Amino acid sequence: MKRGQLAEAIGFIFLKLCVGAVLLALVIILYDIVSKGIGSINWEFLTTMPKNGMTEGGILPAIIGTFLVTIITAILAVPLGMGCAIYLNEYAKDNLLNRIIRMSIRNLSGVPSIVYGLFGVILFVQLMRFGTCVLSAGLTLGLMTLPWTITASEEALKNVPKSYREGALALGATKWQSIRTNVLPYAVPGMLTGTILGLSRAAGETAPILFTGVAFFLPFLPKSLFSQFMALPYHLYIMSTQHHAISKVRPLAYGTALVLIALIFVMNLFAVVLRYNLRKVKTE
Amino acid sequence: MDNCKITVHNFNFYYGGVKVLKNISMEIPENRVTGIIGPSGCGKSTFLRSINRMNDTILGARAEGRIVIDGRNIYDDDIDVVGVRRKVGMVFQKSNPFPKSIFENVAYGLRINGEKDRYRIEEAVEKSLKDAALWDEVKDRLNKNAFELSGGQQQRLCIARALAVEPEILLMDEPASALDPTATLKIEELIQELKKKYTIVIVTHNMQQAARISDFTAFFMLGELIEYNITSIIFTKPSRKITEDYITGRFG
Repeated sequence: MKRGQLAEAIGFIFLKLCVGAVLLALVIILYDIVSKGIGSINWEFLTTMPKNGMTEGGILPAIIGTFLVTIITAILAVPLGMGCAIYLNEYAKDNLLNRIIRMSIRNLSGVPSIVYGLFGVILFVQLMRFGTCVLSAGLTLGLMTLPWTITASEEALKNVPKSYREGALALGATKWQSIRTNVLPYAVPGMLTGTILGLSRAAGETAPILFTGVAFFLPFLPKSLFSQFMALPYHLYIMSTQHHAISKVRPLAYGTALVLIALIFVMNLFAVVLRYNLRKVKTE
Repeated sequence: MDNCKITVHNFNFYYGGVKVLKNISMEIPENRVTGIIGPSGCGKSTFLRSINRMNDTILGARAEGRIVIDGRNIYDDDIDVVGVRRKVGMVFQKSNPFPKSIFENVAYGLRINGEKDRYRIEEAVEKSLKDAALWDEVKDRLNKNAFELSGGQQQRLCIARALAVEPEILLMDEPASALDPTATLKIEELIQELKKKYTIVIVTHNMQQAARISDFTAFFMLGELIEYNITSIIFTKPSRKITEDYITGRFG
């Protein structure tokens, strides 16, 4: 065997091992959670309140809480993020100021989530006097998701060929007309996919909601945007580290983890299906 | 010379600090085909894109001097750029159909200009496709995606799309450079037909093509207009040595 071929064979085996290691870790985690959590999942678990100091009963308030907070996150992050991306990619001139803005947005996506949490306390809970509630928590998560939404949307816009813009302009379209009719329709699938991935990440966060509205235990559902709420990731954290009878509630914690993972999986799957369908419509 | 449609006065163009068009002055006649030839990088495409202000989209680009169309300088501060582009249509080097149906491609310009009447749009689409000599090939599949057409058909679709907004001038940037000889021939025949109604300015790399289709020919080099005259004179007795060298293939 020649030297080049040997190097190729070794390299290929090494790459395969990398993939294998990652997959193995993933499979082990999933197997652990599914095998230990599946026993707790039943209709009652999904649709009732926790009982007897959270040692029995279900996780309905946590599911509803996570759901509500994610909706508020989306209401803040989706339109603002898409708007920013359109401005930055289509209108902003390539000057120092805009380069600094763009770099700052990239950097914001690397800020630890606990920093967003503390920032949310100051801005929404205290300064704007919303208190610890669904709204404050959702807005905090929204701020955290924005850099992801903006970056993903900008990438989607960059993927639309320049010739679509020029072709429209050459026919006497205004800049906004060319963007609205000949750029956005082809960028939206990518924009949505990136956005939903950002939202599913937000849905699983604990730190940003810790001080802004999530509650340890509430035996009722949030009544308004200004109520406290329970959320899946925080509930999981409580059940696995803070509960007075940790070993007793372990199956419930695994069940919660499984529901959270399933929720995020469904959101990501939805993003993929949505993108696939929108692409198909556009090129037909 | 015939009726003058476009007059260029001392036109200069810069990309950043680089001057890519140097003091161009020329008159482009109405209802004629004016060919622009010259080696790569001589500024011919930049010049063409100056006539409908397509260069506005390029960062750091700057124009000096005047380009007057029907008595109006299109570089005046108060000019309606969108209106200029509606009047001066453009066909690009690489055919760029939009990822829509054949019908919607041609209807696009009408729709963005506010035409809502379905009957009028259908009529205009049919007429434009006929003018672009494409109607017979696509009339049974107007709702099919434009990407299903062949390269030559796509380019004629782009011509039809430009015609649908009823421009007066048609700019063509090497419209046949990516096409095979048969498709090229079709485009060339089409240009001969179109000049009855439109003023055509065409950039071409191919000197035989310029000789075949254009009434007037301008030779550009290094951003300067070297020579401009009736095509037969440019190709048989050019007044400048450098023009002769280029058209006889000594460089370029």
